[in-house]
Amino acid sequence: MSTALRNAGRSGGLGGLGGVYAAPPKGTAPPVFLAGTDRWQDWFLLLKPRVVSLVVFTGCVGLFMAPGRIHPVLAFTAVLCIAVAAGAAGALNMWYERDIDALMQRTRRRPIPAGRIDPGSALAYGVALSVASVLVMGLAVNLCAATILAISIAFYVLIYTVWLKRRTPQNIVIGGAAGAFPPLIGWAAVTGSVDVLPLLLFGIVFFWTPPHFWALSLYACKDYGRAGVPMLPVVCGARETRRQIFGYTLLLAVVSVLPWALGYTGALYGAAASVLGAGFILCAWRVLRDQCDTAGTSRDGDAAARLTFRCSLLYLAGIFVALAADKIVTLYL
Amino acid sequence: MSEFPPRPTPIEAADMIRRQRGRNVALLLVLVALAVLFFAITLVKLGHMG
Repeated sequence: MSTALRNAGRSGGLGGLGGVYAAPPKGTAPPVFLAGTDRWQDWFLLLKPRVVSLVVFTGCVGLFMAPGRIHPVLAFTAVLCIAVAAGAAGALNMWYERDIDALMQRTRRRPIPAGRIDPGSALAYGVALSVASVLVMGLAVNLCAATILAISIAFYVLIYTVWLKRRTPQNIVIGGAAGAFPPLIGWAAVTGSVDVLPLLLFGIVFFWTPPHFWALSLYACKDYGRAGVPMLPVVCGARETRRQIFGYTLLLAVVSVLPWALGYTGALYGAAASVLGAGFILCAWRVLRDQCDTAGTSRDGDAAARLTFRCSLLYLAGIFVALAADKIVTLYL
Repeated sequence: MSEFPPRPTPIEAADMIRRQRGRNVALLLVLVALAVLFFAITLVKLGHMG
């Protein structure tokens, strides 16, 4: 572990933001742009389509859960703006992180580090799509949704990518808020305001993010360490990360049943959230009790963490499907 | 003295043209879709006003 990362652990700790910037190793050549090698698929990949699909899904559920009516064309426009804004934020993230992306196995084939897209063009692309998505949301849907959309882009790019990611192991905890905005935006697109239920949906995605990313970082921590990103396992070790995953999963399970406990949803959602929460807690428990060596490194290739990462995706999908199903049952049965 | 940047071979040039055509078609489709969307939004907004 580099000195910079050890310092980040000491000064930042688990709760602090005061860690030092952990610069990527010296002597790595910047990616070389090869003109004329970009395909349209590269520009599509620059939008992080897998992340966008999750954002669109949670945004659609937020829109569906909101009371009131919205014209289908405006609903489609709102979802499109959410998707384009998320993609634009992803492009700006890839532009800023092109140096560390080139160092990590998982990200080195992305369009910018692979040299297929010029960084300047990626920056212009991200800025143009960000501005366009907020403008269209404001003009076609409403000002409240456009404002939250603009805040979500700024949060992801400025707070998470530029400020937190390279400075503190808490990057995912605070930065996770960026991915939690879509249900709020979907709700605001219909109602023009924000209420308790969309804030609870925000809370679910917020508390889901740390166990999801820390499970991934447990088995990808060498990659993060090589790039100088102070993810929790790199700075505080695998053992502490396992404890944190379990703690946040408990919090998530509690927050997930709140919509039912506070009377905003029916019993169907309450039952689904309880069962899904119990399943996710079981996965996190297996990560906590994983057979490890003295350094906290798994003896079986982090099988439990890999399973938890996959389960976390199913968990979030299940929670939001249950919310929508509960509303359908309440409305039509 | 060698040229910089190096002149592409005929195969590379054909590949670049094919990629460029793919990008242009994708951009055309996006622009047409946007025009249709803005037209639809305008109709909806005018409908609400009427």
